[in-house]
Amino acid sequence: MLETARRYRRGETTPTREIEALLEKIRTDDHNAFITVNAEEALEQAARADRDLNEGNEDILLGVPIAIKDNICTRGLPTTCASRILSNFTPAYDATVVRGLRNRGAVIIGKTNLDEFAMGSTTTSSSIGPSRNPWDRTKTPGGSSGGSAAAVASRLCAGALGSDTGGSVRQPASFCGITGLKPTYGSVSRYGLVAFASSLDQVGPMGRSARDVSVLFDAIRGHDPRDSTSVQGTHSLLTLDGLDMHGIRVGVPKAFFAQGLSEDVEGAVNSAISVMRELGADIVPVDLTTLTYGVAVYYIIACAEASSNLARYDGVRYGLRSSDATELVELYSRTRAEGFNAEVKRRIMLGTYVLSAGYYEAYYLKASQVRTLMVQDFQQAFTRCDLIAGPTAPVTAFGLDEMLDDPLSIYLLDIYTIPASLAGLPAMSIPCGFDRGGLPIGLQLIAPSFREDVLLGAGIAFQDATTFHEVMP
Amino acid sequence: MRDFEVVIGLEVHAQLRTQSKIFCSCSTVFGLEPNTNTCEVCLGMPGVLPVLNRAVVDCGIKLGLATGCSVEPVTVFARKNYFYPDLPKGYQITQYDHPLCSNGHLDIEVGGEKKRIGIVRIHMEEDAGKTIHDEDKPLSFIDFNRAGVPLLEIVSRPDLRSSSEAVEYLKVLRLLLMYLEICDGNMEEGSFRCDANVSVKPVGQQVLGIRTELKNMNSFRNVHKALDYEVRRQIELLAKGDTVVQETRLWNAALNESQPMRSKEESHDYRYFPEPDLVPVVVDEAWIDEIRATLPELPSDKRARFATTYGLPSYDTEVLTQSRALADFFEQCVEILDSPKDISNWIMTEVLHVLKVRGKGIGQLGLGPPEIAGLLALIREGTLSGTLAKEVFSEMVASGRDAHSIVSEKGLEQLSDKERIREAIEVVLNEHPKEVARYRGGKTQLLGFFVGQVMKATRGKANPNLTNTLIREMLDS
Repeated sequence: MLETARRYRRGETTPTREIEALLEKIRTDDHNAFITVNAEEALEQAARADRDLNEGNEDILLGVPIAIKDNICTRGLPTTCASRILSNFTPAYDATVVRGLRNRGAVIIGKTNLDEFAMGSTTTSSSIGPSRNPWDRTKTPGGSSGGSAAAVASRLCAGALGSDTGGSVRQPASFCGITGLKPTYGSVSRYGLVAFASSLDQVGPMGRSARDVSVLFDAIRGHDPRDSTSVQGTHSLLTLDGLDMHGIRVGVPKAFFAQGLSEDVEGAVNSAISVMRELGADIVPVDLTTLTYGVAVYYIIACAEASSNLARYDGVRYGLRSSDATELVELYSRTRAEGFNAEVKRRIMLGTYVLSAGYYEAYYLKASQVRTLMVQDFQQAFTRCDLIAGPTAPVTAFGLDEMLDDPLSIYLLDIYTIPASLAGLPAMSIPCGFDRGGLPIGLQLIAPSFREDVLLGAGIAFQDATTFHEVMP
Repeated sequence: MRDFEVVIGLEVHAQLRTQSKIFCSCSTVFGLEPNTNTCEVCLGMPGVLPVLNRAVVDCGIKLGLATGCSVEPVTVFARKNYFYPDLPKGYQITQYDHPLCSNGHLDIEVGGEKKRIGIVRIHMEEDAGKTIHDEDKPLSFIDFNRAGVPLLEIVSRPDLRSSSEAVEYLKVLRLLLMYLEICDGNMEEGSFRCDANVSVKPVGQQVLGIRTELKNMNSFRNVHKALDYEVRRQIELLAKGDTVVQETRLWNAALNESQPMRSKEESHDYRYFPEPDLVPVVVDEAWIDEIRATLPELPSDKRARFATTYGLPSYDTEVLTQSRALADFFEQCVEILDSPKDISNWIMTEVLHVLKVRGKGIGQLGLGPPEIAGLLALIREGTLSGTLAKEVFSEMVASGRDAHSIVSEKGLEQLSDKERIREAIEVVLNEHPKEVARYRGGKTQLLGFFVGQVMKATRGKANPNLTNTLIREMLDS
């Protein structure tokens, strides 16, 4: 992104030429990264950027092509959530994050693929089929923001927006060798992000470097009067400089190196931690004993909220409506049976169950209580360190044909990303090495609430000392 | 047959008169073209979020303070999940665990007996849209203009013991809401709706009977009839040795009976959970004080003051305080003309009659307190007779002109000139020698006859008291 902006200023290319070239590249690309390509409007935006650039507009984002995950509303451009139920839906409104990017002159190049309603970790459950990993087309790009990650990694856009509920920005960033940030809950407006789990969802920037991610984050963050859960945040400066790591205490929880962690990932993450030590950081062990409850707590809360959030897709006002129904209950059941995939239905049923009379206390309420304990656990840990480091995912990208049948095994892939989601903390995945098959590995950094400045600064310092993020697939 | 005791609790939904809806900026105006008062938020489009309208909380606090409730320092919204076509999101945003207000009361009076009815809670929620069925087609239409209009739900304790108490409670609550200017109280348009929980039990039994829920009663009359019907139905069942089935019943005003709702429509597990899209609302003392300062004089206080300050009987205070506007109108009249009882009488009879005929409120009378006080002043100073005053008042209402100009234009000033009245009496007595003779023979009841004749001759303008006195003088001399 910064690179694109520089090339515009150096006169090496123009927004129109850049967008035309990208649109051509996307046309022949086979990663299935995009659901909708915004060709016509993107060229209009590029032409406007050409003029603004000539008039001396200095905005880094001017004319820069950004891809948007297809669960983020874009005015006049289909927003399908990769679901049959919204296959014909075009919003009349922009998500606040999209409006912010448009106002800065960014070009919305297209809408990227995802697991249906962002429920998944592989971008395989999409209504348009799976996206592919640019490092190996037979592998998953991760998910649910797999389309955005694949588009950034294969240089089909300069940066992208994803959404992260339990790891959906960080894990695909890890699998595709790019940088992805899940901001502090509340630091970015959710208005126009199609809700999966309201108390966890955050829009997150994805880019080739921590600096790019920082620029995007700066463009989308801040209080939005349309989202009561959004706040201004206290650290308002754009972070473009590396953090001086001297005296920075990096906490390493033992629980982040548990059973199931691949050897290659463990090795790369340990090397990354050594790099930080060499940069001057103090590496300290921290206890996060509640981490083991993360996956269970997450799937109760996320599914509970999802079961309610997805109730609006009833075939009455917009989206798919089953043509076979003859009465009301049949209209609901047929529309939803035809419109949602198996994973979405599974989560709706799980969520409905945990909120039902007689089960609410045992599941939803209990999970909420444990969630509070996890928040306290992190607060306690952050009295002893400034950052927490560990792997983003226990494994690297796996084959699209090796897809696990057992949903529980897939859920366990989120084991390291879920805790920061439940605690609302900012967390970032940055490239930190490759496995023996040459697939990227991600390092996850977690910071205290609203300390994206520390997170991004540390990421920039790490990337200034390493080249993992510069390797192209 | 044993005696039964009736136990009724009421749930009232009051639509609030805020400018905009509870979670978006759409207007709350009633009666617009269907689906014109909507936006992506109240239509429940994908990705949208609710933002609480602070004025709704203001209204809730106001009612809470007026009913002696305690106001929750941190109040929380919750989702009530169920599917219905006019419920855009598939859930209603309402309150569950931490309602805005709780533990208050309303005082009612039935048959001269005062009674305090407990209020369990008052909470805020959004209204749903409206489904309109075309039974002929069959086709259903949905109007989402109402979706997101703010409501207060007011839940009473099961303290009501008869349909009359229930109706009185509703009347007192409705009047209070209107005094607080937070609800227009219009039952036909649905801005004041009520559901009732009804059970009966043998007198003396501690345990409550099995209750039914009654819905669809859209007037006080229907509430009365529906409750009476339900009480009778339950007592008959118990008297036969049958049991009452716990169910929801709909009142059918056309058939004068209630029918059970289809069980499918009521077998809901609402799966309440805290609304994650809204943050808890912190209501601090400063906010409560700010609202307390805006509280108007409440109906019961006003009634008491009218009795002591103006010496009015309780019937008058009841009528005059039926709306804040009417009470204010009365007091403004008194300020101009210090005759509270005369003014009260005139308002209760003439003014309210006109308003009732025209179906209007005091604000649409077209005449202000100065005009009414001016008219009554003419009566009091003797310029206008009471009889003619009614004629003048009609003319005022029709034209909007003041009494004085009508009276002088039409020459309706009361005739109080003794000489001219005597002349008129003279003529009458000469025309009726027989009656004069009979009167003088002791038939003094004929006095009224002479007065009537004089009135006729003066086209009602002769001062009746003076005429009386003068006739007597002249006949007795």
